[in-house]
Amino acid sequence: MSIILDKVSYVYSEGTAYESWALKNVSLKIEDGQFIGIIGHTGSGKSTLIQHLNGLLKASSGGIYFNGRDIYEEDYDLRELRTKVGLVFQYPEHQLFETTIFDDVCFGPMNQGLSKNEAGLRAFEALRSVGLPESLYYQSPFDLSGGQKRRVAIAGVLAMKPEVLILDEPTAGLDPKGRDEILDLVSNMHREREMAVLLVSHSMEDVANYVQRIIVMNDGSVMYDGTPGEVFLHYKELEAVGLAAPQVTYLMHELKEQGLPVDCGVTTVEEARNSILKIFR
Amino acid sequence: MGIIKASKLVHEYIRRDEEGNVESIQTALNKIDLEVQAGAFIAILGHNGSGKSTLAKHINALLLPGEGTLWVDGMDTAREENVYEIRRAAGMVFQNPDNQIIASVVEEDVGFGPENIGIPTDEIWTRVEASLISTGMLKYRSHSPNKLSGGQKQRVAIAGVMAMEPKCIVLDEPTAMLDPNGRQEVLKAVHELNRKKGVTIILITHYMEEVTDADYVYVMDQGEIVMQGKPREIFSKVDRLKKHRLDVPQITLLAHELREAGLSISRGILTREELEAELVQLYGSKKGNVNYTG
Amino acid sequence: MLRDITLGQYYPADSVLHKLDPRVKLMGALVYIVSLFTFRDAVGFAAATVFLICIIRISKVPFSYMVKGLKAIVVLMIITALFNLFLTPGKQVLVTYGILTITMEGVKNAVFMLVRLIYLIVGTSIMTLTTTPNQLTDGLEKALMPLSKIRVPVHSIAMIMSIALRFIPILIEETDIIMKAQMARGADFESGNLIRRVKAMVPLLVPLFVSAFRRADDLAMAMEARCYVGGRGRTKMKPLRYQKEDYQAYLILAGYLGVMIAWRVFGARIWGLKLGA
Repeated sequence: MSIILDKVSYVYSEGTAYESWALKNVSLKIEDGQFIGIIGHTGSGKSTLIQHLNGLLKASSGGIYFNGRDIYEEDYDLRELRTKVGLVFQYPEHQLFETTIFDDVCFGPMNQGLSKNEAGLRAFEALRSVGLPESLYYQSPFDLSGGQKRRVAIAGVLAMKPEVLILDEPTAGLDPKGRDEILDLVSNMHREREMAVLLVSHSMEDVANYVQRIIVMNDGSVMYDGTPGEVFLHYKELEAVGLAAPQVTYLMHELKEQGLPVDCGVTTVEEARNSILKIFR
Repeated sequence: MGIIKASKLVHEYIRRDEEGNVESIQTALNKIDLEVQAGAFIAILGHNGSGKSTLAKHINALLLPGEGTLWVDGMDTAREENVYEIRRAAGMVFQNPDNQIIASVVEEDVGFGPENIGIPTDEIWTRVEASLISTGMLKYRSHSPNKLSGGQKQRVAIAGVMAMEPKCIVLDEPTAMLDPNGRQEVLKAVHELNRKKGVTIILITHYMEEVTDADYVYVMDQGEIVMQGKPREIFSKVDRLKKHRLDVPQITLLAHELREAGLSISRGILTREELEAELVQLYGSKKGNVNYTG
Repeated sequence: MLRDITLGQYYPADSVLHKLDPRVKLMGALVYIVSLFTFRDAVGFAAATVFLICIIRISKVPFSYMVKGLKAIVVLMIITALFNLFLTPGKQVLVTYGILTITMEGVKNAVFMLVRLIYLIVGTSIMTLTTTPNQLTDGLEKALMPLSKIRVPVHSIAMIMSIALRFIPILIEETDIIMKAQMARGADFESGNLIRRVKAMVPLLVPLFVSAFRRADDLAMAMEARCYVGGRGRTKMKPLRYQKEDYQAYLILAGYLGVMIAWRVFGARIWGLKLGA
């Protein structure tokens, strides 16, 4: 699996007074099995970017290649692309509509043209992997708690067995425990299913704890692209565009300035703890 | 008596089946006792479903006590004739910025509350202007709310409440749907109102970073107040907070873990500066002590 | 798709029309509609045209902006014209093809109906182009207030209208998001026959309704929290008061309508005499 974006630009309301560039010349390569965080503040183009990856939005210019094929070719099956590039929208629980949880999760596989049995099997597997108790499968999705609804919605995308999973702000509105649960779930899926995962977030701390690569979006362009350690070295530049590095990164830089030989590349509490303890040994 | 005082306040959500028989009873508030002094900045923490939003709605008399009593500015919320005055005294800001803005122009929305309570036209204009200034939204007065960011919409909502000149504002997870910039904007506005106008603030949230500056913190779980104290006291109990589905700010957590690992760092560290100072001092004394063998 | 409709969307500008009391503009639209149905000949037609051109010039709204709005109703216009063209009986037959007959009267009717329709839409859209939705609801509320004496809930209707205006853009955006989200799950809103398409709407409509109800619930609570108890005892931040210009506008309208009616009643006789002579 690979997705390549070649100089992708997207213009909203082209040719009117409201014309605005949501993406400017974005070139990226997303490879199999990567766990990537996409960071940027509201309006930075990150949501527009991910809607290009499964063909919901069509670039104004530039090309997108999925597994080596141009998705803008005339006979390219965009519906099939959407089942391979699973996109979980922000507040995905707002899209639930069926009378039972199970039927709702079947919606995706059924659209893929699978038989009822096959779709059911997929739904079972997906619901199990998001950790929803089996006793709930045949209840109405509208009776669940917020965190549970979100799991069902994620299962709805997983049931299509996508090769890439993209999640737009999957933790928005959840409490700390709910947030950790969803992020752990996503991280487990990345590990066990070996699928590529793109996590869109504006929480630096969340992202730094889980991902291997961070793409920072600003004003429709890619500002930084690298490991968390590399990206957060630019904490001053990030702050200038309204983004902040994790608190521990700031602390480490300040300690270093005070003459403590700590590692400035750390991005999580655990790394910071180890680095500080090392100098006291 | 404080501006808000709850005594053994109980609220139950009762679910009935089609025949009207009771199907289940869920106790959202269980014998809550709490007192808030005028001018204070109070935070109520709790995970989703802990009962904190139910409590907020009681303070605005949108819900009424099942048992026990709640006084707002000396008025018993259970008495129907008080409802109007209670809502004037205690304004409320909700979580979803879109679903609480009524008008299609910012200034008209801010004027909505004063219109409802029968303020004369000229005074509405002065109040609207003053509250837009106090939330830093004056330059957006003739904008459509649809064109504003989440943080700006929440500031409009706060201005709308301010224009009713309440003594107290209850904010029910006002930042849950905002990005970090929006969150900061809203918190700054709220703190300013508390400091400059002396408005009592009750901030309900599950973001721990937002409560470090509060005067007093209540932690709720399963409809009960399970912890209370100054932020420093609360944050020194990392394990207990985790038990209640909450966490602590990154810096506090790091300080806690370093302490657990044997470094002598004080409890309840809240800010980067505090931790930095302690570590620098500790490192200095370690270097000075040649016999250190750790 | 829905966003492309510009027909009658408020166009901010600094003109006399923009500043007029919304009640005057409501009355103006009404008068103009009535006047369109009074004329039967070229003189009345010319008068209505001159009046419309004057109003457009005064409004400072670009003519192209209005014409763009007309595109949305081209189909309706064509149908109206065709109906009149073919279905008007008359003596002077111009063309006959099978069962279709075009008469002189038909041509005349078609042209007049088309013109009326275009004038009607342009004329009324000038009202909405120069009046914010809020002013319009305020104007309606005040203009219809006498009806509350016979227990028509005028205030509630106006409140519902203004809330609808506030939430329509939000719900349009939400529709867009839900649609995309279901498409991401393989939904297909575009192909298949009618029944399939209607069925395909379920995954869109259910979440949309759920969301609309949730919003309504939230909003009701937010309004209650801000002491809203209906229209009684409310004051107005922007009360409507007639200014000098408003009275002048009423006079002009009365004059215009008077001339149009007078022409209808007496003008035809004069016209007829001339023709007869």
